[in-house]
Amino acid sequence: MPILLGVVPFGMIYGVLAMGAGLTVGAAMAMSSIVFAGSAQFVGVQLIHSGAPGMVIVFTTFIVNLRHILYSASIAPYLARLSPRWKWLLAYLLTDEAYAVTITRYNQESASPVKSTNRHWYLLGAGLAMWSTWQVSTAAGIFLGAQVPSSWSLDFTLALTFIALVVPALRDRPSVAASLSAGIIAVLAAGLPYKLGLMIAAIGGMAIGLWVEARQPLRAHRHERGDDQ
Amino acid sequence: MNVWLLLICMGLVTYAIRLSMIGLIGRVNLPPIIQWALCLVPPAVLSAIIFPELLMPRGTLDLSFGNLRLLAGALAAAVAWRTKNVLLTIGVGMVALWVLQAVIPH
Repeated sequence: MPILLGVVPFGMIYGVLAMGAGLTVGAAMAMSSIVFAGSAQFVGVQLIHSGAPGMVIVFTTFIVNLRHILYSASIAPYLARLSPRWKWLLAYLLTDEAYAVTITRYNQESASPVKSTNRHWYLLGAGLAMWSTWQVSTAAGIFLGAQVPSSWSLDFTLALTFIALVVPALRDRPSVAASLSAGIIAVLAAGLPYKLGLMIAAIGGMAIGLWVEARQPLRAHRHERGDDQ
Repeated sequence: MNVWLLLICMGLVTYAIRLSMIGLIGRVNLPPIIQWALCLVPPAVLSAIIFPELLMPRGTLDLSFGNLRLLAGALAAAVAWRTKNVLLTIGVGMVALWVLQAVIPH
């Protein structure tokens, strides 16, 4: 699965950023296994480094991970018959990447007449593969991060990673509006205490994106396909 | 807040979100407006981090050519737009910053 290789650099960048932010090795590793969510970890490390209060960090984590509600909703019908234990385990493993490969697979299966009753094993396998890759690459990044001097400006990889993720996704007006307005609000609100600017900018950007979306009645139904993330 | 308590709270919040719809058995259909809003989370959150990193690297707004991170970031954004290649974008942006730092006094 090439997607696993794609995750390695992110895990390593996270490890480097975590060391740069002054986390202990134990805390940096623990975040990868307890939180297990790439972008939320990147943001969390940045906020910890800037001394933001815990409540702000937890709430920002909530905002950053909100998109997982979509994954959870779209995968729920396939897991509806499982026992609660299975659901609890699989929910923990439901990352962006595991969701992407699993839902692709399930969609192919439901197009074919063969019905599989063991579908949950596929998500378990994808999830565990992701989990192990993430832990190992985080550890490698932590090791590297301890060696690299700050003059290498490796903290810049945070902004670059997010640019690489956002820019290709700016396909329509609402997302462009959300992106630009969130960015501008973030700059204007940068002086606010407790690093509240990030949260305000994210919510403001979403609101303005929704407003733009609402002004486009002809295209209003395109999101109802469900899993178009 | 203690860092371990913080990690546990971050983990619980993340886990609760992932479990939400799986736990609520059956086909819970999110209203369209919620689905739109959730689709806008990634561009809004990530841009709210990118803009200050590029435009105010020293804590104040800097739109001059002396702002090397803005120049390297703009180049990276162009690469991302053209190629959609994540690793190439990070690589080009990082090398651009190193070259600029070596060439331009800062």
